Amino acid sequence: MMKRDEMLKVLARHRTDEIVVAVYKAAQDWIHIAPSDLNYTFTGAMGQGSSHALGLALGRPDKRVVLLDGDGSLLMNLGTLVTIANAAPKNFVHCVCENGTYETNGGVPIPRHDGFTFTGVAREAGYVNTYTIDDLEDWDRNLDAILKEDGPIMVDLKVEPGEDYPENFPRLYNTEYRDRFAKALAES
Amino acid sequence: MAGDNDADRLKARDLIREIKRAGIRFIVALPDRTTSEHLLKTMIKDPDFQVVQVCKEDEGVSICSGLYAAGHRSLLLMQYTGLLDSINAVRGVAVQGKNPVCMMVGMLQKEPGVPPRQSKRYGLRIVEPILEAMEVEYHNIEAPGEADKVVPAVEAAYSESRPVAMLIGREPI
Repeated sequence: MMKRDEMLKVLARHRTDEIVVAVYKAAQDWIHIAPSDLNYTFTGAMGQGSSHALGLALGRPDKRVVLLDGDGSLLMNLGTLVTIANAAPKNFVHCVCENGTYETNGGVPIPRHDGFTFTGVAREAGYVNTYTIDDLEDWDRNLDAILKEDGPIMVDLKVEPGEDYPENFPRLYNTEYRDRFAKALAES
Repeated sequence: MAGDNDADRLKARDLIREIKRAGIRFIVALPDRTTSEHLLKTMIKDPDFQVVQVCKEDEGVSICSGLYAAGHRSLLLMQYTGLLDSINAVRGVAVQGKNPVCMMVGMLQKEPGVPPRQSKRYGLRIVEPILEAMEVEYHNIEAPGEADKVVPAVEAAYSESRPVAMLIGREPI
């Protein structure tokens, strides 16, 4: 099991010019750990992060899109895996920050946490490759290769809460930041 | 009164021409009986379009928003039941997120020539009041000349960063 903030700090160290789409707890942490105009947190409603990320990946096939999804969020939009696999964006890295709970909404466990794998569903849906990583050194060692691999790929990241960053949904969904994102993306 | 002659019917080719004139190249869609046969199937075959099929309509609201942030115009094609199912995404992603999500909505089984509010079908009667409550602009498109509403509706949505719904009242031929 990895502390989420430590896992994200590894990603920040390996990141070059990737778009990073993040939802909920991962987003709250990520904007503090790796501030960038190419961070996209404007997902607006639970479950929608993967669909925003797909739009970005299809719109900018020359840019790698890394999605930091949540397990509860993905369960809310599970058909997205079929949609993404069907669209088949090569530039799509779908990370699931799997903590086994609806952490933002009180820490209630997600259903079927012990009897269900996101990677299994992703493979059945048609993702090109999947990984399950629960060790920080493995994440660090494999991340460069993962970021270069043809997608769509899924990385199931086993995480638990680490350092607690302040929650700020108005900042995550702020459309001025979205406009800055669009400008930065157009120029990159 | 709406006629049954072909001359009195909305043409899919007119809608497609106007969708292209509006600068739209991405079509995000879940099949709808009103628009599948002549509109969606034609666009799937048209190399000018990239069609993204979704499993559920709310995905489409967000895919269109991601495409917008990446500099592209898109159209979400769905049945009115899909719009009803997507209300939270339209609320959070399109309206509050100020994304110009352009929705073309098939009004399945609406009676020809009858305004949606006067339909015998409950599901159709509530569409316009719900859009009004959500402050989403909408346009009814059913007669042949009404394909001309597409370009100004899309242009206004993009210039004002807000969603718009185009309600297709009868199957285009």
